[in-house]
Amino acid sequence: MHKVNLCEACSKEKGVQDSTSFALADLLLGIGAAEEIEKGAPAKKCPACGFSQADFKKTGRLGCSECYVTFAEGLGSLLKAMHKGTEHVGKLPERAQRTMALSQRMRALTENLQKAVADENYETAASLRDQIKQLESELSNSP
Amino acid sequence: MLSTAGEWLRGEGPHHQVVISSRVRLARNLRNRAFPGWAKKAERTSILEQIRSRVEALPEMQDAFSESLQDLAALDKQVLVERHLISREHAAKGAGSAVVVNRRQTLSVMINEEDHLRMQSIRSGLQLKQAFKLVDKIDTALESKLDFAFDPRLGYLTACPTNVGTGMRASAMLHLPGLVLSELINQVIQAVSKIGLAVRGLYGEGTEAMGNLFQISNQTTLGEKEEEIINRLSKVIETIIDKEHDARQTLLQRKPSMLCDQIGRAYGVLTYAHAMPSKEALNLLSVIKLGMDLGAFPEHQRLQIDELFIATQPAHLQKSSQQKLNAEERDYLRAQIIRDRLKIFPKPDISRMVRESGNGLTNAPSSNE
Repeated sequence: MHKVNLCEACSKEKGVQDSTSFALADLLLGIGAAEEIEKGAPAKKCPACGFSQADFKKTGRLGCSECYVTFAEGLGSLLKAMHKGTEHVGKLPERAQRTMALSQRMRALTENLQKAVADENYETAASLRDQIKQLESELSNSP
Repeated sequence: MLSTAGEWLRGEGPHHQVVISSRVRLARNLRNRAFPGWAKKAERTSILEQIRSRVEALPEMQDAFSESLQDLAALDKQVLVERHLISREHAAKGAGSAVVVNRRQTLSVMINEEDHLRMQSIRSGLQLKQAFKLVDKIDTALESKLDFAFDPRLGYLTACPTNVGTGMRASAMLHLPGLVLSELINQVIQAVSKIGLAVRGLYGEGTEAMGNLFQISNQTTLGEKEEEIINRLSKVIETIIDKEHDARQTLLQRKPSMLCDQIGRAYGVLTYAHAMPSKEALNLLSVIKLGMDLGAFPEHQRLQIDELFIATQPAHLQKSSQQKLNAEERDYLRAQIIRDRLKIFPKPDISRMVRESGNGLTNAPSSNE
């Protein structure tokens, strides 16, 4: 694992003098990507908040929670280098627990439905389809 | 609230000789809203309104101190920074940011700092688990009212990717004069850094270590449970506490004259100086505190010294004298406050200190003269 210190203070400690030019973006986008932005290549923007890779390079902070989806590709390796693991294993908000339980049930029902259809067990399939519809509405209503 | 010190400053917690305070903070953000650093002013203000009423409604926040950063005087902001109730970054904010602190000053919530919510619990001594429990409780209460940005794989989503996952930073403020005087501190810092923990100075990132005070905290937030992070950190801190006590005993046995000289000089300068810069005050008070731990001063006067650590900070000085003072005036006032406080202090009882360490009289100074 290659360890990197990323905050401005750490970068200074590491002897990087110009903290504005030292940016997470270089890591996020890979070497050389920063120059591409400056040449005016079309930069990816977060559809939710309009935040761009160039903004990340400037500030080292993201624009909104959706940015984690928008820039997921580059962030993956960055997070891997930064943290102990790549997946959250800590506290779950109750809402998330509920949504996750519903999604899990949905996966099980879908699998069963496929199996029922394959077995030509149409009565079961119909009942499963109803259950899935019910669950779908619950999922879309959960915040 | 600003006129009285919080609970953690009383220095009564477990391992209080070495661990000044324990803090745990959680970073949270609202789903689908721009983070404070990217949000426009109007959005920041609406986020603030939404969060602030929920925070103020918490039972823990009954009769809380709640202020917008734009309404706080610069001096009051600085007082909050010196008490570690807000960050230096938060003190620089204005409209659209706020702070809510409970009466006991064990809980502070910064709204629209780097993240929408930064909730912190601070306790005296080594009490990381207790601090976590308190902040976890208000987090759970708030999440039922606010929709936090959370991803099943990445956990709590934060403005800076270094906080993603648990969003938790646990830290303890350690007083390590023994390790500094025996020149072992760099070894300790290096060892701690190697296992993914960070060591910083008095006021966090990028600040200098003054008064032999060091902050140690977790560096990573993803891939480990909150309890695991806190257990790991607590174990490391317990090891450092042992090392600090060992270093003090070794100094007493091998270099008693050096130790007595340090304590005597600190006592002399603090008792007679008329201009005392803040950094020098912290460094000398640290040596007096060490002398107290080793038995050179009467135990019942411990609080007198502990209070001076914070009372002599620039904003606290100006707050207590109710006037704005320039650096030179502050140095005079600081010296005066310390002189007055030390007047009632007996001279350091060096012989008692050496005797209590179990050291024979060889090489030990004979009296307190």
